[in-house]
Amino acid sequence: MRWTPAFAGELLMPSLPPIEKDVEARAEAKPPRGAFDAPGEGPHDAARKDYLLRLGDDALVLGQRLSEWCGHAPALEVDLSLANLALDLVGQATLLLAEAGDADQLAFHRDVLDFRNCLLVEQPNGDFARTIARHFLYSTWQHMLLERMAGSPDAFLAGFAAKAVKEITYHRELASEWTVRLGDGTDESARRMAEGLDWCWRFIPELFEVDETLEALIAAGVAPDPRAFESDYRAALAAVLADAKLAVPADQRPILGGRRGHHSEHLGHLLAVMQYVPRTYPDSVW
Amino acid sequence: MSDWPLWEVFVRSKGGMAHRHVGSVHAPDAELALRHARDTYTRRQEGISLWVVPSASIIASDPDEAGPLFEPAADKIYRHPTFYDIPDEVKHI
Repeated sequence: MRWTPAFAGELLMPSLPPIEKDVEARAEAKPPRGAFDAPGEGPHDAARKDYLLRLGDDALVLGQRLSEWCGHAPALEVDLSLANLALDLVGQATLLLAEAGDADQLAFHRDVLDFRNCLLVEQPNGDFARTIARHFLYSTWQHMLLERMAGSPDAFLAGFAAKAVKEITYHRELASEWTVRLGDGTDESARRMAEGLDWCWRFIPELFEVDETLEALIAAGVAPDPRAFESDYRAALAAVLADAKLAVPADQRPILGGRRGHHSEHLGHLLAVMQYVPRTYPDSVW
Repeated sequence: MSDWPLWEVFVRSKGGMAHRHVGSVHAPDAELALRHARDTYTRRQEGISLWVVPSASIIASDPDEAGPLFEPAADKIYRHPTFYDIPDEVKHI
């Protein structure tokens, strides 16, 4: 005789609510990390997240900086140009930060010491020439990086790079064109362009700094090694500056630390403006 | 910039279509005029090809000449192809 427990009827569980389709989809979309029997963190996961933050914060902070020109550019057409560059970068930041975690949380509810952008992108706009100098130095570097990242075995990074490289090709060309126009323009524009480059030049070495995080990702083949294209980068800058009839600035004492959260005072001011509304009205929607 | 010349902008919306005049931009030279045109007029996927032409190179008809130039066509309705029987097979005319 088979034993039948008293609650046998309940084993059929007619009372359990059905699992909603969207709940099921969300659960399956989540990485199983942290769940019972799930694979633990891989050796490169922390480094990869840090790398995503570095690239994402670069794009976010530079995008925010460029958007400060909105309504203030020297001409209507330039206003639109700079806003377009800013929107490209904010779009890239959204993708990168969403891959690293909750994009809005990371962008609007993170303190300055947790930002991982390089120091170059947080520098104030200054005049139009300094903004162009900053964009010329950064987008030339970013373009060379993305070209190499498109071959990464990391599917997200490769896909991201393939999309973003088209946008940044345009950024690099536009910034180079303006560098030549200003450098080879009037006495005043040449002086301002030279001063802008001089301001930004000390932040170049940070772009090629390789620390433990990046070393691990380079060794795993995930991230391109920036040192491999530093001489190409320097040559590319020199070629544009020759067109612009500007001297290549002398190397200055490098300033490092952005990737470890050691920022200049300027970033805090930028974040205060950018984060004010979501922090003051945390649950507001529009 | 007030001293930048004006450029007329033409956009081709897709392959096989003609470029259409969409507006103008100020720019210091042709290369930047193209970039300004791209940033001003193709932000919402409006086109796949751009032309810019110095506005000064456009030869325009004189509005005061509009009478002699255009009014003689007004009473020549026989120039419109509306007096012909169009075969059914001809769809688009």
